[in-house]
Amino acid sequence: MSNIRINIKNFFIRVFNIPFAFLMHAIDIIMWPIQKIIGVRNMPYIFLLPNLIFFGLFVIVPLGVNVAFSVTGGDELLFADREFSGAKHYNYLFDCENYLNANSCTEDFFWRGVHNTIFFVIFQVGLMIFFSLLTAVILNKKIIGRGFFRSVFFFPVLLSPVVVGLIWQWILLKNGILNAFIEANGGDKFSFLTDPGWAMTSSIFVSIWAHMGFYTLIVLAGLQAIPPNLYEAAEMDGTSRERTFFRITLPLLMPNLLVVFILASIKGVQTFDEIYVLTGGGPGTSTSLIVQYIFTTGFASSGSVQNFGLAAAASMVLGIVLLLLTLIQLYLSRSRENKHQEI
Amino acid sequence: MGNTASLVKNIVTQKKYKEKYHWTDYFSYFYLFLGVFLMFGPIIWLGLSSVKTLAGIQEYPPTILPLSQIQVEVDGYEKPLSLYNVTLEDGSTTELAEIKRVGITSKMVDPKDTEQTYKIPIDKREKIREFSVQWDNYLDPLRKYNFLLYFKNSIFVTVIATIITLIINSMAAYALSIYEFRGKNIALVFVIGTLLIPLTIILVPVFYVIANFGMINSLWGVILPGAATPTGVFLLRQYMLTLPRELIEAARMDHASEWAIYWRIVLPLSIPAIAVLAIFSIMWRWNDFLWPLIVLSKSEVYTLQIALNAFHGELTSQWNYVLAMTMVTLLPIALIFTYLQKFITTGIASTGMK
Repeated sequence: MSNIRINIKNFFIRVFNIPFAFLMHAIDIIMWPIQKIIGVRNMPYIFLLPNLIFFGLFVIVPLGVNVAFSVTGGDELLFADREFSGAKHYNYLFDCENYLNANSCTEDFFWRGVHNTIFFVIFQVGLMIFFSLLTAVILNKKIIGRGFFRSVFFFPVLLSPVVVGLIWQWILLKNGILNAFIEANGGDKFSFLTDPGWAMTSSIFVSIWAHMGFYTLIVLAGLQAIPPNLYEAAEMDGTSRERTFFRITLPLLMPNLLVVFILASIKGVQTFDEIYVLTGGGPGTSTSLIVQYIFTTGFASSGSVQNFGLAAAASMVLGIVLLLLTLIQLYLSRSRENKHQEI
Repeated sequence: MGNTASLVKNIVTQKKYKEKYHWTDYFSYFYLFLGVFLMFGPIIWLGLSSVKTLAGIQEYPPTILPLSQIQVEVDGYEKPLSLYNVTLEDGSTTELAEIKRVGITSKMVDPKDTEQTYKIPIDKREKIREFSVQWDNYLDPLRKYNFLLYFKNSIFVTVIATIITLIINSMAAYALSIYEFRGKNIALVFVIGTLLIPLTIILVPVFYVIANFGMINSLWGVILPGAATPTGVFLLRQYMLTLPRELIEAARMDHASEWAIYWRIVLPLSIPAIAVLAIFSIMWRWNDFLWPLIVLSKSEVYTLQIALNAFHGELTSQWNYVLAMTMVTLLPIALIFTYLQKFITTGIASTGMK
């Protein structure tokens, strides 16, 4: 490993050094007089500036603009052509007789997305915690080829959502290899992607397949932080493995599992790309999630009317959900830190 | 015999001789091998499928290896015909080519004797196969469908975006780690705060900003919005905090400018962290989908991911091309992973982000 590191270092240095040094000298010609004028103490502002400009332009300003979009109507992008419409979009989104029944809502597509997302997140996150815990515990054991197995489980994390979607679509097609395998063993073909119930199941499975490695890594880091002398003591006392797991491993791992829970929920609520490529949100609207609603309404509406205002209003709703999740995360990590300090 | 078996058992589980086997040990190995099959199987199946002929891809049930049916040219027929091993009524077998299939019988011809045609029930014949690798699946999309251009676009976006990200993020991290200045905490909270605002909830307004810059359908519109990353600033700052301050003080004594301290001292010392961020950024940019999908609607500016999605939508029957291009899209990341796996996993483990 250290060999590779040195090689990469040399590679970076050799390839980038000449143009890099040239560029840096050039910038220094501008920076030096600036430093002379404003003084060393004010230089950090100059260093921060480019990053903050980017954050401002593409995060902070958009936050305000989003609100402005959500309260103006029309299908134009520029504000000069948009008229104020107040809470119209929000009323439209929330116009429902019964929130549990998407058909009773004016914007049923949005509420189907909400229901699908809730269903998707509950199962995806639950199964994700279970499988990443199981995988991490097994990968933490003394087994042959541990490094190999670890990279195997991690590998799909790096694949792009399009690649993940296409690979699994290819496998789950009606005439795909999975159905061929099932038929060869005497079963009947399944419509993995064209039956509403199965399409959701497949989506949840594919999403877990693609992201499990990431969460496994977090749990694994937690497992490795558990002091080994606890296990030695348990072994001395002749504690059974099951008891060791439930009385030592699991309680000490709780903070990491909480992180997994929150991170997976935050990401899960925003799921879009893999499912979009895998099922296209179909059949019908059975796998279309909230972000797909925003995308379709704002940018890819079939009626060619791009309803930016409605999309922005839906984004605000999603943003509030994410904010709540983040606050829970902050609260939990804070109470965790306090506990650490007490110890 | 028993001795060897227990020896093998020993090697497999690395147990001391006397220790008993717990059911979890067996389960672990079962799980791991199932895992290898589930995680790698799809990729291998993709690789094998991507070199099959179109006919081989549409075949059901599919063959595992790229075995395609042999086609022969027969005088008097325009298209090449598929070759079969046929059991005739008298029990002898011969090689015949299919002219037309009618229900459960097939009209066939002997390639050597084109005068004679046969009517054969389809369960009396078997396909003759040969191992063949169809590289055209890879070459055709590059030649006919502009995939070379999309590949170039993806590389452009990835390289330029990564360079911008590295420079501006390391500058911010340098300011936030080396200096004490008024407003530092506000700046830190600001940076970490942006972590809470993912792109999915500001799609419309960022599109608006990009439209105002006239960067719709331009690769710059894809590159710029994600260039400043809170993850990157955070990761680099944590690393730079560990650098010895004496070096910086010494350089100041020697009248080095602050910019020179940044690029001559702090940057070279931070290379391990910068490498992690570079790998992350390459991954993010290469795999990016939702944002390019919104910004890029003209096919000349498609990145590989967008092109692959559009291509799949247009040519649902051309799975051979789609699969080959999926392989092309996946390959660079697979290579990076093979060589730099350790960097990636330590990066994720130390930041909890990807």
